[in-house]
Amino acid sequence: MMAGSEIHTAGLDSILDRYARDPNALLQVLREVQELHGYIHPSSISYIGVKLGIPRARVEGVAGFYSFLHLQPHGEYRVLFSDNITDRMQGSQALMEQMCQQLWLQPGKVSEDGLVSINTTSCTGMCDQGPAMLVNGRAITRLTHQRVQEIGHLIRNRTPLADWPADYFRVEDNIRRRGPLLDNTIAPGDVLRAALALDSKDIIETVKSSGLRGRGGAGFPTGIKWEACSNAPGSEHYVVCNADEGEPGTFKDRVLLTSYADLVFEGMTLCALAIGAQHGFLYLRGEYRYLLEPLQAVLQRRRDNKLLGRNILERSGFDFDIAIHLGAGAYICGEESALIESLEGKRGVPRNRPPFPVTHGYLQQPTAVDNVETFCSAALAMQMGAENYRAIGTAKSSGSKLISVSGDCPRPGIYEYPFGVSVREVLDDCGAANARAVQVSGPSGVCVAESEFDRKLGFEDLPTAGAFMVFDDSRDLFEVARNFVHFFAHESCGFCTPCRVGTALLKSTMDKIAAGLGTQYDLGEIEHLDHVLQTSSHCGLGRTACNPVLHTLKHFRPAYESRLKSLEFEPAFDLDGALARARQMTGRDDAGAHLKPEEA
Amino acid sequence: MSDTFQLDGTSVPFEAGQTVMQAALAGGRYIPHLCYHPEFKPHGSCKVCTVKINGRTMASCTMPAEAGLEVESNIEELNGLRRTLVQMLFVEGNHFCPSCEASGNCQLQATAYALQVMTPHYNQFFPDRPLDASHPDILLDFNRCILCELCVCASSEVDGKNVFGLSGRGITKHLIVNAESGLLKDTDMALTDKAMQVCPVGVILEKGKGFSVPIGERRYDQRPVSAQALDDAPRQADASGSCAVCEGSS
Repeated sequence: MMAGSEIHTAGLDSILDRYARDPNALLQVLREVQELHGYIHPSSISYIGVKLGIPRARVEGVAGFYSFLHLQPHGEYRVLFSDNITDRMQGSQALMEQMCQQLWLQPGKVSEDGLVSINTTSCTGMCDQGPAMLVNGRAITRLTHQRVQEIGHLIRNRTPLADWPADYFRVEDNIRRRGPLLDNTIAPGDVLRAALALDSKDIIETVKSSGLRGRGGAGFPTGIKWEACSNAPGSEHYVVCNADEGEPGTFKDRVLLTSYADLVFEGMTLCALAIGAQHGFLYLRGEYRYLLEPLQAVLQRRRDNKLLGRNILERSGFDFDIAIHLGAGAYICGEESALIESLEGKRGVPRNRPPFPVTHGYLQQPTAVDNVETFCSAALAMQMGAENYRAIGTAKSSGSKLISVSGDCPRPGIYEYPFGVSVREVLDDCGAANARAVQVSGPSGVCVAESEFDRKLGFEDLPTAGAFMVFDDSRDLFEVARNFVHFFAHESCGFCTPCRVGTALLKSTMDKIAAGLGTQYDLGEIEHLDHVLQTSSHCGLGRTACNPVLHTLKHFRPAYESRLKSLEFEPAFDLDGALARARQMTGRDDAGAHLKPEEA
Repeated sequence: MSDTFQLDGTSVPFEAGQTVMQAALAGGRYIPHLCYHPEFKPHGSCKVCTVKINGRTMASCTMPAEAGLEVESNIEELNGLRRTLVQMLFVEGNHFCPSCEASGNCQLQATAYALQVMTPHYNQFFPDRPLDASHPDILLDFNRCILCELCVCASSEVDGKNVFGLSGRGITKHLIVNAESGLLKDTDMALTDKAMQVCPVGVILEKGKGFSVPIGERRYDQRPVSAQALDDAPRQADASGSCAVCEGSS
C-alpha cells in the first residue's frame, strides 16, 4: 500500500518528463494529472510545484481558474450538460432533471458513493446536434430521454466510457451549404509549394491584397497582422491558431478541425513561412478533447510527408512544427492575450495592451494569433490569387464566411456564404419559419429583430464570428438574455472590478426580474451597470456583457415589462398629492403644477 | 525640458516610462486609486483610476504618458463611475468599518469618503470567507480582500517568498497562501516581510497590536487620502518594477 500522498504523486513524473518539466506546460500537466487521477489533490499540486520550480500557490491558482480542473473529487463519472440557450430550447433542463432523479442526485453535488456528479457547463459547440453533454470530457450529442436513461444505467453499472455505444459520441459535420472554402480542391502541400516560389514579402502582400480579415469576429486585416509580426524584432516568432471556439452558438471551427484539418495546418505553415516562425501552437478548446488524437495523426502524416518539421518540402532552413495545447474550460481564453497567458501555463487573464501580441506575444516574442477559419481562408486566398479571392464578398469584407446555424430551424448546421448575405437569406435557407429574432455572433454579438432581417452579414453592417441562433415566436427573449448574462458571469476571469462584480450584479438583477420581483428601477440599474461595464472593463468580455440585455430591451421590452412587479417605482406616499396644497395656494392646476408621470 | 500632457486642463510634466498616474502623482495631482502602489509595477485591476483620454476611458495607472494627451479625471462622470466601483468592492466582500482594525488606515474607506460614497447601493454578497488565525504573529481576514494583488507582488518581488497567490475566477476569485494545508502558519511569512505593509485594507494584520492607535488619530484621520497619496508618490522603489506572478503584468 502506498501512503496517502504517494497515491496522488504516482505517475506524475512521466507526465512531467514528457513536458520536459517546463513551467510553461503547467496547464497541460494539470490536465493530464486530472485525466490520470480524476482530480488534482493538494499533494499533487505541491509535487508539481517542486518539480517545475514554481510556487505551489501558482499551481493551485492555475488549477483553480479552469472549469474542467477539479481540486476535489467530483465522481468517477463527471456529467456536464451543455447549458447554451439552444440546448435549453432542445429540452436540456428536463433531461438533466430526469438524470438527477434517476441517479438520486442534486446538481453540483457528488453522489455519496463517489460515483457520479451532474452539473452544467457553458456551450460545448454542439448546438446543431444538441442537447449535448460532456462525460469525463467526452462529448455526447443528440440527447433524448431514452439516451439519458441509458447513460444513467451505464453509469450505475460502472461501465467504462470506452465500452459505451460509439453512436453516443458521433459528431456530425452537418454541412448544409458549400462555397469556395468548403468546396476547395487543395491537396496537402499545394499552397506551400506555390508559396515557396515567393518570398515572405510577396506572401504577405498577397494576403493583404486579398482583403482577408480575421474570422474570429474582430476582423483585423490578416495581412497587416502578419506584416507587423514579421517586422517585429525577436529571438523567435510564433504562429498560434485560436481554436478555443467558446462563443455560445459557434461550431464552425469544430467542422474545419474535423474535416479540413490539413487546410488549417497548411494555413498555419504558410503564416510561419511569411513571418519566419519555427514553432506553432493550436489552442484547442477542452470541449473538443475528442479531436486531439485525430489532429495529432494529421500532424504526424504531414511530418511524414515533409510538410512539417525540418526542411519542409526540401527547402533548406524552412523548419516549422505545430504543438497542440488543450484548454480546460475558460471562454476568456478565446481572447488572444488571455490565450497566450494560458499557453504559458498561467491563469487565462487578458494582458494590458499595448504591447500587442504581434510584438510581445508568447514568451514576449512576436506572435501571430489567428482564428481557425482565418488560416483556412488565407491558404485559400493564396491558392485562388488575391484578385479572385477579393472578388467574393463585399468591398470591405472579402471572401466567404462560415455561419453556424442553430436554434429554431429544421436544418441547423454549417452554411458558407459570400459576405454580404442577408439575415433573411440565411433564415430562408435553413428553413426557419416564424423567426422572431436572430442572435448574430453569439452573446457578445447582436440580437437582430424581425424588422432588421434585411441587414447583411459583413464588417460593414453585422460583423460575426459565425454564430447564428434562431428564435421563433414561441421563444421568450428575456430568458435568452438571462441565459447569456449567466454565461458572462460564469466566464468572467475576475481580474477587474467592473466585470468581476458587475456581471454578478447583472445576473442577480436579471434573476430578480425573472422571479417577478423587478421594477422599472431595475431596468435603470441595468442601464447603469452597462455604462460601468462599457467604460471601465479590462477587456471585451466585460464591455459586451450587457449587450444581450440591451438589445433585447430595445426590441422586446414587453418581455421584460410583463415581468415587472410594477412598471414604475411606487413610493409609499403620493408625491403629486403632496403638491395639492401648493396648487391650491397658487391657484394653479396646469400641467406644470403637476409632477410628470415619470417623476411621480 | 520634459514633455507634458494636459490633466483636467493644466499641464503635467512626465519622464519617459512614466504612466499617466505616476506622472500625475509626481506632479502633485491626485487621481483616485486602490490597486496602484508607487513601489510596484501597475497592473490596472481595480479600475478606480479610470480617466478619459482623448475621449476614451482607460486605466491611468497603466496608460503610458505621452506628450499632448488630453486627460480628464476630476469630472462628475468619472467620479460617479469610481463611486460605483468602490460600492462594488464594498458589497463584494464583508466590510464592517466600525469594528475593523483597519478603520482610519484603510484606503478603501478613505477613498469612499473622498468620493462621497454614502451607501453601498447594491445588495451585499455576504461571501463566506473564513479567517486564518493559524500564524502565531499574523492574522488574515479575507473578508476585506479587494484582490489588489499587492501582497502577492510584495511577497514575490521584495520578500522572495511567494506567500500569496490567487485562485478561482470571476466572483469566486480569492486570495490563497502558499501551503498545502492552505494555512499561513505553514508558509514562511514573517512580520518583517514587505507583504505585511502593503495591504490597502485590513486583510493582513499583526496580532497583539489591535487598536493600539486610537480611532481619530489614524492615517486618514489626519490627512485625506488625496494628500497621503501625494506624500507617498516620490518614494523610491524597493522592487524591481516587474512582477512575474501578478496578473496582467506580463
